[in-house]
This record gives sequence, structure tokens and C-alpha cells, in this order.
Amino acid sequence: MQKVRQLIRPEQIRELSLLLIIILIVIFFGSQIENYYSARTFQRISSSVMIIMVVAVGETMVVLTRNIDLSVSSMVGFTAYLAGQQVSQNDNLSPAVVVLLAVSFGALLGLINGLLVAYGKIPAIVVTLGTLAIYRGALVEYGHSKNILVRDLPDWLVNLPRETLFSVGELDIRLLAGLAFIIVIIFQMVLLFLPYGRRLYAIGSSPDAARIAGLPARRIVLLAYVLCGALSGLGGFIYLSRIGTVGTTAAQGLHMQVIAAVVVGGVNIFGGSGTMIGMMLGAILMGILEQSLIRMQINEFWKDAIFGMFILLAVASDALMMNRLRDLWARGAIQMRIAQDAAVQKE
Amino acid sequence: MLQNRDWRWLLRWESLLAVILVAVIAANIQMSSHYLGTDNFVNLFQLSIEKIIMALIMTFIIINGEIDLSVASVMGLSACLFGRLYDQDIPAEMAVVIALVVGTVCGTFNGFWIAYAGLPSLAVTLASSIMFRGVARILLEDRSVGLFPQWFNNLGQPDLIGPLSFGIILFVVLFGICLIVLQLTAFGRYVYIIGNNKGAARYSGIKVRQTKLTLFILSGLVASLCGLLLAARLGTVRANAAEEFELDIITMVLLGGVSIFGGTGTLVGVGLSILVVLNLRNGMSLAHYSGNIQTSVVGALLIASVLLPNLMRDTRRLRQWRDFRFRPRETDLEEEEGTWQAVG
Repeated sequence: MQKVRQLIRPEQIRELSLLLIIILIVIFFGSQIENYYSARTFQRISSSVMIIMVVAVGETMVVLTRNIDLSVSSMVGFTAYLAGQQVSQNDNLSPAVVVLLAVSFGALLGLINGLLVAYGKIPAIVVTLGTLAIYRGALVEYGHSKNILVRDLPDWLVNLPRETLFSVGELDIRLLAGLAFIIVIIFQMVLLFLPYGRRLYAIGSSPDAARIAGLPARRIVLLAYVLCGALSGLGGFIYLSRIGTVGTTAAQGLHMQVIAAVVVGGVNIFGGSGTMIGMMLGAILMGILEQSLIRMQINEFWKDAIFGMFILLAVASDALMMNRLRDLWARGAIQMRIAQDAAVQKE
Repeated sequence: MLQNRDWRWLLRWESLLAVILVAVIAANIQMSSHYLGTDNFVNLFQLSIEKIIMALIMTFIIINGEIDLSVASVMGLSACLFGRLYDQDIPAEMAVVIALVVGTVCGTFNGFWIAYAGLPSLAVTLASSIMFRGVARILLEDRSVGLFPQWFNNLGQPDLIGPLSFGIILFVVLFGICLIVLQLTAFGRYVYIIGNNKGAARYSGIKVRQTKLTLFILSGLVASLCGLLLAARLGTVRANAAEEFELDIITMVLLGGVSIFGGTGTLVGVGLSILVVLNLRNGMSLAHYSGNIQTSVVGALLIASVLLPNLMRDTRRLRQWRDFRFRPRETDLEEEEGTWQAVG
């Protein structure tokens, strides 16, 4: 038991159990659906998950600091629409410029959120509930309820979701899905190894302690919001290339799925704990559920009810199980210490 | 500097709201000749009657330090359940009762997780709002149900009693009851104390869990009642009924001076902020602004309602800091030395 405690932490047990649930669910659907283990299933799941994954990376950073960003869906919608409009009006825009436009506009929207939360000292839920409505209203006004159509978009953008990075057997790893995966890995590294990443945890665990310790809490939270906006902008670009036809209601309700992925992935809604890998597993679990329920020809209207139940189960199991596990681990550490002290005294 | 206690009331949030309200009404009167009419005033309340009734209960919940994001979904669920049951030839009276019971069960469900399992209300009600909306979708899919009996539709129409509708009378009665309960009874005091300091409340023997559960059960019951009112007012039900109502409801409460962290705020303030939001929306409709701009303005108002008090507090601190400076103490005037002391 001591060995186990030294090897893994409670958080890792949570991620492993999430992985186990994913495997069980895949086995279950595999026995229910004909021809489930195929490249096509993988393709569908990976392309449905990638937008949520990219946006949820930003959301995770915000949630780690004990804040929340509900406005991501409006930011994704706005950047997708803006990028689509620009690219359909000027055919010769280079891909890099379009991506840069989407990312920087997203960052601008995130900056507004961050300034209000970090420097205006307004609770995050109030700010982002407000900007969720403001950004969407601004988009509808800006777009005059005109749609961006697939035929107006340049070929490179329409074909982008079908670009393949590399293939393993029959499985094609698509460029955009690969990009989403790389972003998750990069930001996991940021959380683990950069001072900025560690400070996100510090602020989320105890904002007061972090401030007293001299951390520039405001700047760190502001940057988290800007990064969340920038990643939402990137998500908007991916949304544009994947969906093609973008209207002013684009990505409405996406924030629920993003927060679902973050919470199911084990990121504490009160900040201070959680990893990008866990979030990715959460997003994949939700993606598998969504796509498989469609394949099982279960009424699509069941999707939301099942999603909501999963989020609640995740939150409940976190609150009920994780604290006990942490206690167990802490108690084990104390007992070990006592045993060591006794051994020293004997000598 | 307003140091005199007699002037303190001017700085209160409610006074500021009253000034804003007068300004909005004056602007509306300027803008349209139709504004000052009984029809328009009934319309003003009637168009968002479900939201303002819900805001009353939400005030209790936010003062208690929690939040309920699932009210809009419970409204939608009970409206859809009523529609589905009525569609299957169950008598409307029976369907109303079942919808109210199910709404209460939804509230109990939320309350159980929040009060007894100790989960954060933000996460619980976010999840349950997706779930309840999902159940509403399962019930009605993409159909819409209408053609309710006449007595049911009448509940949602104006001119039921004089020019007033059932909803408006219900709102006035509920407002009176809530005002008395929140400001004058022990239960109301408990709600404030729990919102201020949950731990201290528990150690002083207040039944924190029961109070929280009661509030969420009430929230579910009133939300389903509002859902039925919505169905009666529109005469038809769809799965997306009452979608995104929570933004308006929470805005009304927070604009009324209730702190999102709980413990402060009054129902009078919420009443005033309800009038401000309604008149603002009414004025913008009269000036032909689209619904999306209205929603944007409400969102901006929500942010401003918290930003303004923050700024006011900061400038007050700044002023205190400016007065907190080196000045000679009166007794030491003959000496050169002075001391640091706070003034004011």
C-alpha cells in the first residue's frame, strides 16, 4: 500500500479511472453497434472532439485560477464569422493571416473579459454571463443575419479538415486533430514546467495566499483569460473550416460542452487542481458518447440529458471520492513519517 | 465629503436605482406617446412576467450565497411536460399538478446535491440545467404543442381581472410575501446570516442545510409555475421554451444590489431593478431596437451593476488613503513633530 501511494497520486487515480470508463464504454458500444471498430468511427470522434479540445485548453487555465469563462461559445462564433467574412471577401488572404486574425480577435475579446475580472474585481461568472450576451448581440448586429456560405470560402480552407498528417494502418490522423492534440500537450508542459503554469495552481488553491506570497495575481489571471480568448479564436477558425456554413448563431451553447469536458476531466471547478490530459480524456469521453449515441440510432434528443447526468456524476464523485483519497494519502504519509522517526530514535 | 449620517442614504444603491429609473422613464415618455397608457404598463410586466416572478426567489438564493442556473431549464421542462401530457389526452388540470410536482422534484434534486452532498451550486445547477433541458427535448423533440383549453390560456392573457393578468397579481402578492419573509421574519434573517458566513451560522445553531434545501425546493416549484405561465401566455410549447432566461433573471437580482457572494442586498432594490430593466427593454422596443441589442444592453448592465460599486468603493479607499497622511497632531502643535493618523 505504501508503495502504491508513493507511485501515484489521487489525481492520477482519477485520470486512470476515466481511461477505464472510456475503455468500458468503447467495449460496450463495440458490442452494440456493428462495424464499430473502424477508421470511420475514429475519424468522426476525432473531428467532433477537436474544437472542444482546443477551446477547453483555455477554459482549463481559467478554471484553474478559480474563475470561469462562459463566453467561449460567443467568442468562437464571433471569430468564426469574422474570419469567414474576411476570407470570403478577399480571396488572396494567406492561411497564416486568417489564423492570425482569428486568434488575435479572440485574444482581444478575452482581454476584455480578463480586464473586467482581474482589474474590475467583478466575479467571473457575472462578467462572462454578461459578455456571453454582449458578444453574441454584437455578432448578430455585425452580421445582419447573413450567413457565410461554403461556396464563398477558398478551397484550401474547405479542404483543410481532410488534410492528413500521417496514417497508422487505416487510421488517418487528421492535421487539425493532430494540432489540437499538440496544443493539449504543449499546455500540459506549460502547466508542469513553466513558473506561469505553477502560479495558476497557486492562485486557484488559495488566492489570498498567492497574493500575500507576492504573486502578480491580476496579471496571471488576465493572461489566462487572454489565452482562453486566443484559443477560442483558434477554435473559431477550426469551426469555420469544419462546418463551412457559419451564421450568426454559430457555436451557440458550445460553452456547456466545453465546461462539461473540463469538469468531467477532473479539473476542480473551484480551481487549484486538474490537468490538460484529464481534460482531454473528458473531452474524448463526451465525444465518444455523442457520436456513438448517434450511431446507435438512439434519438439525438437524449444526448443532452445523458451529458448533464455525466457532468453531475463527475462533480459528485470528485467531491465525495477525491477528498477521501487525499485524506488516505496524507494519513499514509504521516504514518510513514512516524515510523521513520521511531526508527531513528531506536538507533 | 459626505460625512454627515443624514446624507448617507443618498449613496445607497437603492437611491441610485431610483434615479436611474426616473431617468429611463423620462426618456421613454420623451420618446413615445404610447408609453403612458394602461395597455403599455400591463404589457411591460406581462412580456417578462415569468422572469420577474423568478427573480424574487433567485434573490433569496443569491443572498444565501448560492446560485441557481437551472431555473430556465426547469421552466422549459415543466412547460414541455404539461404540453406532452396534454397532448396525450390527460386532462389539463391533472397535467398542471404533475408539472408542478415534477418541478418541485427538480428543485429537491438540486437542493439535495448542494445542501446535503455539499457540492458547489454553480457546478450542480449548470449540469442539471443541461439535464433538465435534455429531458424537455426528449419529451417534445422538435414538435410544438398548442390548443390548450380556454381556462388555461386565460391565465396567461391580460384582462382577467380588470386590465391585470393572473401573472401580475401573482407577482404583486408574491412580492409582498417575499418582502415580509426576507426582511421581517427569522427565516429571512437566517438566509442573510448563512450567506454572510456559513460556518458561523452552523455553529450558532441555524439549520443551514434545511434552509438551503427549502430555498431550492421553492425555486423548483416557482420555476415550474412560471413555466406553466409561459405556456399559457404563448399558447404553445416548444422544447426551447424559456431558453437563456437565466441571464435576465440573474441580472435583475444583481442590479438590485445583491452581492453574488451572498449576505447583502434587499428586496426593495431588486424590485427597483426589475422596474429599471423592464422599462429599459420597453423603451428600446418602442425605439425599434432588436431583441439582440436589448440582450446586449442587459448584459452590459449586469457587468456595470457590479463594476460601479467596486469603483465607488475603490475611490472611497483612495480618498481615505489621501487623508491618511502626515499631519501634525493638535496637541503637538508647538513641537515640530507630527504623527500618522487616520482622518475621517
